[in-house]
Amino acid sequence: MIHKYKLNGLNIVLDVNSGGVHLVDELTYDILDNVEPPFEEKCPEKVVEKLMRFYAQEDIESCYEEVKELYNDGILFSEDDYEKFAKYSVASPVKAMCLLVEQDCNLRCEYCFASTGDYGLGKRMHMDFETGKKALDFLLENSGDRENLEVDFFGGEPLMNWEVVKRLTEYGRSREKEYGKRFRFTITTNGMLLDDEKADFINREMSNVVMSIDGRKEVNDRVRKRVDGTGCYDRIMDKYKALAEKRNYENYYVRGTFTKYNLDFSKDVLHLYEQGFDQISVEPVTSEPSQSYALTERDLPAIFSEYERLANIILEHDRQGKHFNFFHFMLDLDQGPCAIKRLRGCGSGNEYVAVTPEGDIYPCHQFVGYDEYKMGNINDGTFNSEMKNDFAKAHIYSKEDCKKCWAKFYCSGGCNANNFIYTGNILTAHKLSCEIQKKRLECAIMIKAAKAAEEAEKAAE
Amino acid sequence: MKHIITINKANLKKTAAKGGCGKCQASCQSACKTSCTVANQKCEK
Repeated sequence: MIHKYKLNGLNIVLDVNSGGVHLVDELTYDILDNVEPPFEEKCPEKVVEKLMRFYAQEDIESCYEEVKELYNDGILFSEDDYEKFAKYSVASPVKAMCLLVEQDCNLRCEYCFASTGDYGLGKRMHMDFETGKKALDFLLENSGDRENLEVDFFGGEPLMNWEVVKRLTEYGRSREKEYGKRFRFTITTNGMLLDDEKADFINREMSNVVMSIDGRKEVNDRVRKRVDGTGCYDRIMDKYKALAEKRNYENYYVRGTFTKYNLDFSKDVLHLYEQGFDQISVEPVTSEPSQSYALTERDLPAIFSEYERLANIILEHDRQGKHFNFFHFMLDLDQGPCAIKRLRGCGSGNEYVAVTPEGDIYPCHQFVGYDEYKMGNINDGTFNSEMKNDFAKAHIYSKEDCKKCWAKFYCSGGCNANNFIYTGNILTAHKLSCEIQKKRLECAIMIKAAKAAEEAEKAAE
Repeated sequence: MKHIITINKANLKKTAAKGGCGKCQASCQSACKTSCTVANQKCEK
């Protein structure tokens, strides 16, 4: 399977199964509509005849030779022979945990998927140290031979339960040697309670920190509000700058959400860059379609244009030596994840679980509050291995829409929670998310292709 | 080549046989939390 598209004046061809990415001329772009394996010794006459209206015969024939060579090298029209590996997609050790240390929040963001902190459960709760300790023990005991254990302190707002965050970090560290494992603690915060002491602890202990902010003040404050209805931008911006600076701008993200209210979100990305941040993530809102801020299919053309605009902004900045990283355009075409990881996807419910203040285990933070997806409880030692197996089998070959999609090895079947929330089934792709994802990938690949084209031009000079 | 520039060197197929060690980060733990992109993770083998 190949996927070809034109973007930003470039003709790009992706060989889906090998991951090969090719920048091609107009002739190749056209010839690829007319040829496919098995290839003949020479370009078929009917193809030559058809294309001779536009191109010279000699060029058509030499182009055919190049296409054939790439096919023989296994980087064009390569076969999909991964399904056999999918059969081995079985329950894995649990290596990552989203720890909802605080099921309460000091903000009332309009679009919050956690219903402003309580996950729609109607009760606001803190995790006590004993429950958190049992959760870390669960991870230590169920992680098999995995050495790196990931724990994200999440909420609600985790800084509202700061002492427990600190004690759990210390507890985790105290058990590492005995188990021969290493905790990678991370934290996702809205910044409201950040102070020097917390920032120093985070910078010392957390391998990544995600700081929530949506971009421009007016955009952020329209939806990210305090309990009294006022926005939070002024309260958090300087704190974020100080924290990022103290960790040398390494291993952090400022992370925002875009909604129908800011379909010009490239301006928010740029705003965050202009404030000094170079690791930026701004993501589409997850919400009921009926909400006024919800993204719908009607918004797709605007979203697509905006991603293209953003890709060009990034390229232009790069040319000026001003590099910044946009999370959803990150793509390492040479050393990205292996094919097996790409088959399996995010690992929710299998390698990755979320634990609530009451000790309930869910496949991930987005499933919290859906009773049918409660996998067990840390306190009573229950854990639904059957459900774990179901999630292990939620790979790209068990998702009908994904099997035939060109983007399958990049999104890996998408977000199981999004699928469930929007379609009622973790195996049924949520079309809107897919369309947005595919556009992001096209832009991300285009950025790589544009840089390669510029390098090739320089080399030719 | 005159008509085609291949911009990457890796072939995903070569990663299948020895892949799946599980050392890499869980996709949702980095920055997304709501929209999964696995291909932007790093191999840590």
